[in-house]
Amino acid sequence: MIKALAAALAVLPLVGCDGQAPGAPVLNWYVFDEPSGAFAAAARRCAESSNGAYRVALKPLPADADQQREQLVRRLAAGDDDIDIIGMDVIWTPEFAAAGWILPWPEAQSQTARGGRIAASLASASYDGRLWAAPFTTNAQLLWYRTDRVPRPPRTWDEMIDMAEALGDNGTIQAQGERYEGLTVFFVSLLASAGGSVLSADDEAPALPDGPTREALRILHRLATSPASDPALEGAREDQTRLAFESGDSSFMLNYTYVWPSARANAPEVARHMGWARWPAVDADHPSRVTIGGINLGVGAFSEHPILALAAAACIAGADNQRLAAERGGLPPTIAALYDEPQVRQTFPFADLLRDTLRDAVQRPQTPLYNDVSLAISRTLHPLSGIEPAQDVPRLRDAIGRALRSEGLL
Amino acid sequence: MSRPRDPAEERLGWLLCTPAVLAMLLVTGYPILYAIWLSLFRYDLRFPDQREFAGLANYASVLTSGVWWQALGNTLIITVGSVAIELVLGMLLALVMRRALFLRRTVRASVLVPYAIITVVAALAWKFAFDPVTGFVNPWLGLEQPWLTQRWSAFLVIILTEVWKTTPFMALLLLAGLTLVPQDLLDAARVDGANAWQRFFRVTLPLMRNAVLVALLFRTLDAFRIFDTVFVQTRGAQGTETVSVVGYHTLVTRLNLGLGSAVSVLIFLCVLAIAALFVRGLGASFAAEDRS
Repeated sequence: MIKALAAALAVLPLVGCDGQAPGAPVLNWYVFDEPSGAFAAAARRCAESSNGAYRVALKPLPADADQQREQLVRRLAAGDDDIDIIGMDVIWTPEFAAAGWILPWPEAQSQTARGGRIAASLASASYDGRLWAAPFTTNAQLLWYRTDRVPRPPRTWDEMIDMAEALGDNGTIQAQGERYEGLTVFFVSLLASAGGSVLSADDEAPALPDGPTREALRILHRLATSPASDPALEGAREDQTRLAFESGDSSFMLNYTYVWPSARANAPEVARHMGWARWPAVDADHPSRVTIGGINLGVGAFSEHPILALAAAACIAGADNQRLAAERGGLPPTIAALYDEPQVRQTFPFADLLRDTLRDAVQRPQTPLYNDVSLAISRTLHPLSGIEPAQDVPRLRDAIGRALRSEGLL
Repeated sequence: MSRPRDPAEERLGWLLCTPAVLAMLLVTGYPILYAIWLSLFRYDLRFPDQREFAGLANYASVLTSGVWWQALGNTLIITVGSVAIELVLGMLLALVMRRALFLRRTVRASVLVPYAIITVVAALAWKFAFDPVTGFVNPWLGLEQPWLTQRWSAFLVIILTEVWKTTPFMALLLLAGLTLVPQDLLDAARVDGANAWQRFFRVTLPLMRNAVLVALLFRTLDAFRIFDTVFVQTRGAQGTETVSVVGYHTLVTRLNLGLGSAVSVLIFLCVLAIAALFVRGLGASFAAEDRS
């Protein structure tokens, strides 16, 4: 007994050394397991600056967004009070808000959380006219191409496929065609670039205007059946496309910004000839509109320390920690002004392009039933090579309609 | 066997059964009835306020969905494929175990090892073995096959995993049946000039019929509810989704308790139908036995 006490006493000063006051409430931050340690550093910084008001414990979630959501919703649906701060994928906002699993941000804190943020990131954290999370990191796809093979980046999809076909064997285009969230992202970007949207303005019914939808499906089908697409397209996710591009046999890739540091580390030969450009448009007169991604910080509705959790979330999503996440973790910030800072521009040499892309970015359908809608889209469109635009427009509309009415299996 | 029982003895028998019956009702009856009850509602945990009675709408929704029928087809492919191979291999193993002259206990115990391994672990081991980058199967066969990213090869891996894991169970059940075959009958057949094939197909197999049916029943019911292997190896992608995976997605991912319960109840009905089919087969074979 005395031994155990002595051991406990010996540990105590160590806890103090972390700058984390013992006895202060511990806020659990559920977020994907960020490998660089930027999130852990941000959590520590905020706890220190709180003067002992709280500590933050990271609760790592899987890397895959679907699995993150699965673990979270299971806990939230059961009213788990262990969840204080949630690193929320942008697509969860309406679902979590409508189900009453996260707290809306009070006006005062909203002001801080909104300050200087990119409009599309704010939109992704808002639902029903209120702010439900602090925009923390963001992301969008760019077009990556080989400057040694392609003299100037293509402006449209058709132009790119023509170029790739003309290049022959190593003209391959790398994109995400597996049946998963990435396929929905692909489709939503194409549809928005063609001037259409998945849902009507009130987010209650499928919109999918005939012309733009058919055009988006035509491009998906053309890509999948073109000799310029990778044979593994229909099983490819972001990482497979990155690896394939790094092998050097491809000339084009649609992917997120993490491919840049990755190529520099793993395939310097390829990185030397790696150019970036705006995601291709559907028609040359209208610049593309790309789906926005990223993480917003919400506060769990069953948290025992909601006020502290709001303060901690606002702190973690602040400018200093966004800078940290950008430099260490390569996660693009949601504060527009940070893209002008030399340090950030060094991490993202394509900072201006990325910021412009994000300014025109499009949201995935903002409905509490998003998960179902996304499944309906990816299931209807997979495999891409089997798409028949004329028939698949009504099929898609029907599948999304059923998803919005909570009908049918997905 | 058919000696009429003393009524008092019968009452005592029922009385002794009561605790077990109550416990079973509590742990199986209640969840089943609750699932049936839930399946009659439009009930999504994301929208708890919109709970309303929906009658059989959830069932109509499931049964008119292509996803359900495709999953049912997939489940049947896996069930028939794995049970058929298991029956043949299990029978061979049972024959070997019966004939084993030395180390009989060691042989019987070691055959059980795969069955003792947790399904998730076995599924992962097979997944790694067939992985095109880290696995050893491709180098052995001199192939570059992405096994789990194509439908039929994914089915093959899933079925092989199931076969590897549950053949021992099949073999043990069959061994039990095999020991019921009297040796003197086989000896008599041999004296009459029957060769080994004839002895097996004309004497052993007919006498084992009930044991085979019971073994098939257990394995078919088990195989039909397959979840973990598919979930670990493909997560239902590449058109390998089984009915249990569909149920999981509806209940756990979409939190749609009404629709998900309808799927569960339908799986339950399928299982009942399979059991009824086998029990009828068993009944017929018992009746045939009684006549002879």
